[in-house]
Amino acid sequence: MSESRILTVNMGPQHPSTHGVLRVVLELDGETVISARPVVGYLHTGIEKTLESKLYNKAIPCTDRMDYLAPMSNNLGYCLAVEKLMEIDVPDKVKWARVILAELTRINSHLVWLGTHAMDLGALSMMLYTFRERESIIDVYEACAGQRMMTTYIRIGGLAWDLPSDFDKKVRTACDNVERGIEDYEKLLTGNQIFLNRTKGIAVISAEDAIAWSLSGPMLRGSGVKRDVRKDDPYSGYENFDFDVCLGKTGDAFDRYKLRVDEMRQSIRIIRQALDGIPEGPYRAHVPGVVLPPKEDILYKMESLIFHFKIITEGFKAPTGSVYQGIESPKGELGFYITGDGTTKARRVRVRPPCFINLACLPVLCEGSLLADVVCAVGTIDIVLGEVDR
Amino acid sequence: MEEKIRGFLKERFPEAVLKEEEFRGDLSFFIKPEALVDICQALLESTDLDVKYLCDITTVDWLGHESESEGRFEMVYNLYSLSGKYRFFLKARISGNNPKIATLCDLWPSANWLEREVWDLFGITFEGHPDLTRILLPDEFEGYPLRKDHELHYEQPMFSWNKDDPPEVIK
Amino acid sequence: MGIEEKIPDSILLTSLDKMVNWAHKRSMWPLTFGLACCAIEMMSTAASHYDLARFGMEVYRPSPRQADLMIVAGRVSLKMAPVIKTLYEQMPNPKWVIAMGACASCGGVFNNYAVVQGVDRIVPVDIYVPGCPPRPEQLMNGFMKLFEKVDKDSMKNYRESWGRKI
Repeated sequence: MSESRILTVNMGPQHPSTHGVLRVVLELDGETVISARPVVGYLHTGIEKTLESKLYNKAIPCTDRMDYLAPMSNNLGYCLAVEKLMEIDVPDKVKWARVILAELTRINSHLVWLGTHAMDLGALSMMLYTFRERESIIDVYEACAGQRMMTTYIRIGGLAWDLPSDFDKKVRTACDNVERGIEDYEKLLTGNQIFLNRTKGIAVISAEDAIAWSLSGPMLRGSGVKRDVRKDDPYSGYENFDFDVCLGKTGDAFDRYKLRVDEMRQSIRIIRQALDGIPEGPYRAHVPGVVLPPKEDILYKMESLIFHFKIITEGFKAPTGSVYQGIESPKGELGFYITGDGTTKARRVRVRPPCFINLACLPVLCEGSLLADVVCAVGTIDIVLGEVDR
Repeated sequence: MEEKIRGFLKERFPEAVLKEEEFRGDLSFFIKPEALVDICQALLESTDLDVKYLCDITTVDWLGHESESEGRFEMVYNLYSLSGKYRFFLKARISGNNPKIATLCDLWPSANWLEREVWDLFGITFEGHPDLTRILLPDEFEGYPLRKDHELHYEQPMFSWNKDDPPEVIK
Repeated sequence: MGIEEKIPDSILLTSLDKMVNWAHKRSMWPLTFGLACCAIEMMSTAASHYDLARFGMEVYRPSPRQADLMIVAGRVSLKMAPVIKTLYEQMPNPKWVIAMGACASCGGVFNNYAVVQGVDRIVPVDIYVPGCPPRPEQLMNGFMKLFEKVDKDSMKNYRESWGRKI
C-alpha cells in the first residue's frame, strides 16, 4: 500500500535561483508542490525610517538602493512625489532627459531579468550575453553621473548636472547594441523547444486573480489587463510619446517573457523619439529656496550662494499634507506616498513596493505544479529583494 | 468620476464619512474605522464604480503633531478604479494605545501581506487576520521600529557577542 | 593531505608551500552569496566584459561545502546574520572571506536598527573592498590583495586549525 508523505523542503535564503535572499518553504508530495510559502525579510534595511530621518534632498541616495537593478526609476519616483508636494514645475529638457533615462533603466532591468531567468531554466550562456549589452547602457550612466549603478542623477527640480556632450551618441550606440542583442535572444529562446516546455502553461494567473492580488506591471499585463501608469496617469511628459502597451493572453511565464522583450523594443522606440526632439534649456527649475541653484551661479551671485547654504544645511519646509505619485517601474507600479508636516523632514515616506505585492501571489502560481516550476515562477515574477524588504 | 464616488459614499454611508479633503489633486475621505469593511464591500460590489484594485495599505504616525488629538495613527487605504482611471484614499484615525482595526483579507487577498507589514513595523492589530506574524523583522525583535518613539540608531542585543549588554544607541 | 604532518620544517616544505598556495589562489571557488546591490557588480565582474574566469574563479558553487571563498556582497540585515554564521561554519578549511562594499565592511549608508554594522562582527574577514558598489576593477584589486595574502600563507597554520599535534 503506498502512503504519500508530505516532505517539507526549505529553499533557503542562500540559493542560486532565488535571485537574492528569498526563502521559500515548500511542502512536497513526491515532486508535486502542495504549498509554497515565501519568507522574506532577510534584507530588511529600514530604508523608510532612514528616509524619514533625513532632509528631502539628502534622502535621494537612499532611494537608489531599494530596487538596485533600476536605480534611476526609484530616484524619479521620489523626486516626482516631492515636486508634487512642493508644486515645482520642471523645464521640458529635464522631462525629456528623465524619460530617456527611465526607459534606459527599464531596458537595463529587463536585460538582467532575462539573463538570470534564462540561466535558471538552463540556458547558462544567456547571462553572459545580456550582461554584455548592459555594459553599453552602464556606459551612458557613467558619462552622465560618474557612477555605474547608484547614480543619484535625478534630483528634486531637475538633474544633478547637465547632460554630457556625447549623450546623444552614447545613447544611440546603446540602443543599436540592445536591438541587435534582442534579435539574438529571440533566435535563441523563442522557438527553442526546451524553453517552450519550461515556460508554456507554467505559473499561470488569471485576470480576475491578478486584480484581486493587486499585481502590477508585466504580471498584470501578462494576463490581459491593460494597465500601464505611463498611459493611464502620465508623468514627466510621457503623453508626448507614441508607444504601445504590450499585453499577454494566457498569463503564463512564456507570455510574460514575450511581453518584457516587446517592452524593451518599445522603450527603444520611446528613446529614439525623445532623442530626436530633446529641447534646449536649463537643467534645473528655478524655484529659489527649494531647488538648489546651479553650481556655476554660486560663484557669481550672492542670492544663489545664500540659498545653496540654507537648502543644504536646513532644507526647505514642506506643507502639511500627503501626496502619492506612482510610476511605471520595470517591476510594476512603484509608488511614493510622502506626508509632509510643516517641517524640513517628511513625517512618512511610504514606498509602495511592486515586488513585495507581486511576490505575495507565489502560492497561487506554484501550488499543484512540479518542483522545477517553482524556480520558473520565482523568476517570472521578477523580484528584487532590495525592494521586497526595503 | 469623483462626483460618482462622492455621491455613492454620501448616499450609502452618510454618517461614516467624517470629512473630505483634496490636496494636490488627490482626493481623500476621512471615515470612521468601524465602517471600513462595510464601505469597502459596498465599493467592491457596486457595478458602475469598478473599484476593485487595492493599491496600498499604510499608516502615518502623528505623534507630537497638533492633530494627534484626533487619533495617533492614520490608516491610509489607497484604492484605484481600473476602468475609470481614478485614484482616491480612505483614511481612518485610530488611537495610540492598543491600536486595532478590522482586516480586509476577506475582500482582497493582497491585504494579507500588506497588513502583516503594518503590524510588524507599527504594531497595529488587524482583527480577523489569519496569520498576524512578523514578516520583515526577525521573530525575536522587540518593539515596532517605524513608530516615532523608536530610535533609528538602536541596536538590539541579539547575538552572542552583545546579548548581555544593554541595547546600544549608535549615534 | 597527510604529507605535511610527517615532514618536519625543512626546505622541502617551503617549496611545497609555494605549490599549494599557487593551487589555492589560481582556482579559488567563490560561494554564490550575493545579498544586495554589490551582488550585481559581482555578477558583472564574472560576466564577459570584466572576466573572472582568468583567475579560475568563474565556478560559483551554490553549496558551501564545495566553496573556498565567501564574498559577502551587500548589506547584512539582522535576520540574515545567523544564516551567514551557519554558512561560514559549513565551509571547509582553508577558507577566506571578502567583505565587498561599504555595507559589508562597516554598515555603509545604513546606520540603523536593521543592519549589522559590518560583517566582521559575525565572521572573520580577510579583505575589505570599499565602494558603493565597488567597480569591477576595485573588486579585482581586492582579489589581487587576497592572492598576496594567500602567498604569505603556510601549511603549518592549517595543522593547528585541524587540531592535530605533531
